Amino acid sequence: MPSTPIKQVTGKGVYVPGDDIDTDRIIPARFMKCITFDGLGEYLFHDVRKTESGEDKKHNLNDPRFAEASIIVSGNNFGCGSSREHAPQSILRAGYNAVIAGSFAEIFFGNSTNLGVVCVIASDADRATIAQAIEANPELEITIDVEDHKIWFGDQSVPCEIKPGARDSLLSGNYDPLDELLEGSADVAKTAGALPYMQA
Amino acid sequence: MGKSLFEKVWDAHAVRQLANGQTQLLIGTHLIHEVTSPQAFGMLRDRGLKVQYPHRTFATVDHIVPTNEAVEPYSDPLAQGMIEELRKNCAENDVTFFDTNTGKQGVVHIVGPEQGITQPGTTIACGDSHTATHGAFGAIAFGIGTSQVRDVLATQTIALNELKVRRINVNGTLPPGVYAKDVILHIIRLLGTQGGTGYAYEYAGTTFDNFTMEERMTVCNMSIEGGARVGYVNPDETTFEYLKGRPYAPKGAAWEAAVEQWKSFASDADCTFDDVVDIDAAQIQPTVTWGITPGQGVGIEENIPTIEDAPTQSDRDSVAEALEYMKFEGGSAIKGKKIDVAFLGSCTNGRLSDFQEVAKYIKGHKVAEGVQAIVVPGSQVVAKIAEELGLDKIFIEAGFEWRAAGCSMCLAMNPDKLVGDQLCASSSNRNFKGRQGSPTGRTMLMSPLMVAAAAVTGEVSDAREVFGFATANA
Repeated sequence: MPSTPIKQVTGKGVYVPGDDIDTDRIIPARFMKCITFDGLGEYLFHDVRKTESGEDKKHNLNDPRFAEASIIVSGNNFGCGSSREHAPQSILRAGYNAVIAGSFAEIFFGNSTNLGVVCVIASDADRATIAQAIEANPELEITIDVEDHKIWFGDQSVPCEIKPGARDSLLSGNYDPLDELLEGSADVAKTAGALPYMQA
Repeated sequence: MGKSLFEKVWDAHAVRQLANGQTQLLIGTHLIHEVTSPQAFGMLRDRGLKVQYPHRTFATVDHIVPTNEAVEPYSDPLAQGMIEELRKNCAENDVTFFDTNTGKQGVVHIVGPEQGITQPGTTIACGDSHTATHGAFGAIAFGIGTSQVRDVLATQTIALNELKVRRINVNGTLPPGVYAKDVILHIIRLLGTQGGTGYAYEYAGTTFDNFTMEERMTVCNMSIEGGARVGYVNPDETTFEYLKGRPYAPKGAAWEAAVEQWKSFASDADCTFDDVVDIDAAQIQPTVTWGITPGQGVGIEENIPTIEDAPTQSDRDSVAEALEYMKFEGGSAIKGKKIDVAFLGSCTNGRLSDFQEVAKYIKGHKVAEGVQAIVVPGSQVVAKIAEELGLDKIFIEAGFEWRAAGCSMCLAMNPDKLVGDQLCASSSNRNFKGRQGSPTGRTMLMSPLMVAAAAVTGEVSDAREVFGFATANA
């Protein structure tokens, strides 16, 4: 059963500066002692936002001006490190549904796409322009057009990239592949049958 | 034209093409653990699905296991809940579970190879990014997210894009005191933390030909730290020798047939690669990370970089951020940084040979005052053999704590954590901010012998000097 196609994502933005924002930063491992993903949103970027004594640090993620943001703008190699799906799950559960970055780590990108979290790539200069525009006007509406490879903000637009396979999946609503994989079960048995180590 | 191992294994496991152009890829071996599988089993239950090929899924418990508490219930009820959930899920679905009472439990990437489950020419997935470790055997092995764990449980397949292949040749003999860990830290320093995105790394050259399986595993383990989801070494006699007689390795006539098939998966001599990198082993130094990504490393004789030396603004920002977090001064020597904790273990360097190598040198040395040094075997099997060899006594005599098997201080999902801004000399794989459990804790990655040298001197040191290598500074 396909999900609702995602052609566009619209929302307010928040800028999370820095390259190599790793999965431990997105969701520190100590908050992963759980058997469901419920409640992970609370710990998104925990140590980026909080001091050791639990007070809020000065950061855009704590700034009430960006409290309604649903699109994260960040640096290069976003989501590097662990394969933990807890990272995009915490992003989604904290109310964000898209990330604009300079590049993405591969496993994070795949995990995000499977959940319908839209990850698009924009140049350093264009992300800096978007970040400045958000800073100048936190109410600014940003639209990521998955179909047209464009990010609109105010009356400006910049190009963005998204992997063709991921784009197709989002546009068709088939980003969760399980049903399609289940349909292939006869072919799977055939492929497995030809491999000695797969035999029971 | 010939094919690479990656292409051959991919082709043998490609089921069909999906509507979005991705491949439905058969995952021959599925390894699971307590952190990333419970939600997947939950999704299966919600959909009324069963594990499709239970005999190809193997479980162990590693991340949350306390290394200094032998009896359940564990003092952390969340950890206890996670191990019980895994027990329940494995029992309900007929999945083999190397539980704590089996004598086979350990870090998933150490258990798979030592049980002989990890084999050449196979595909292996696990909800853990260090799954590329198994690539040391000529398997295509990679980390997956929990929704994909669900997909593998339900269908034994995932949807995946084919990767490009970069061949990394390391040729020559490593200088004394330079180890497999230094090779991979050097590669990541050279190619960057995202240089491998979209690639599988094929590690080759005479250095790899001469490596043991455990050394190959150390290198493959950290492929993801260079951005490469997959890293592998072509299977050879060293591989077959390691596997022969292991519990899950083929036996008798099936063994001979398997070896013949495994050989056929090795990259053909005339295959082409999307990229090739050549490295001279003699140029690799004992390498230590100074920053907050595994690519931020320097040779032990070098200084930490300065902000001004970084070529671009974004590099300058990264160096500045790392120096601030690590409380280091740009341009200062890496040597001499005072450490608080020394950690020997993890899926990178928690194998028997890691402990044997260190034990050879630490006799007669003592852990420096004020330093906590812990040794954590990667599995119960490693622990047992090490204890039979008396390694535990050597470590304890030198002032180290000898612990039970688990992930321990690599990622702090168990009681082994840094406190405050403690600085840790660590044989693990990640130096991210907060990685070792304290939001301000600091990690320096290095080889096991360099960790031992830091432990006994109380500061980052050149192990070749500390342990009297004849060729130090040669």
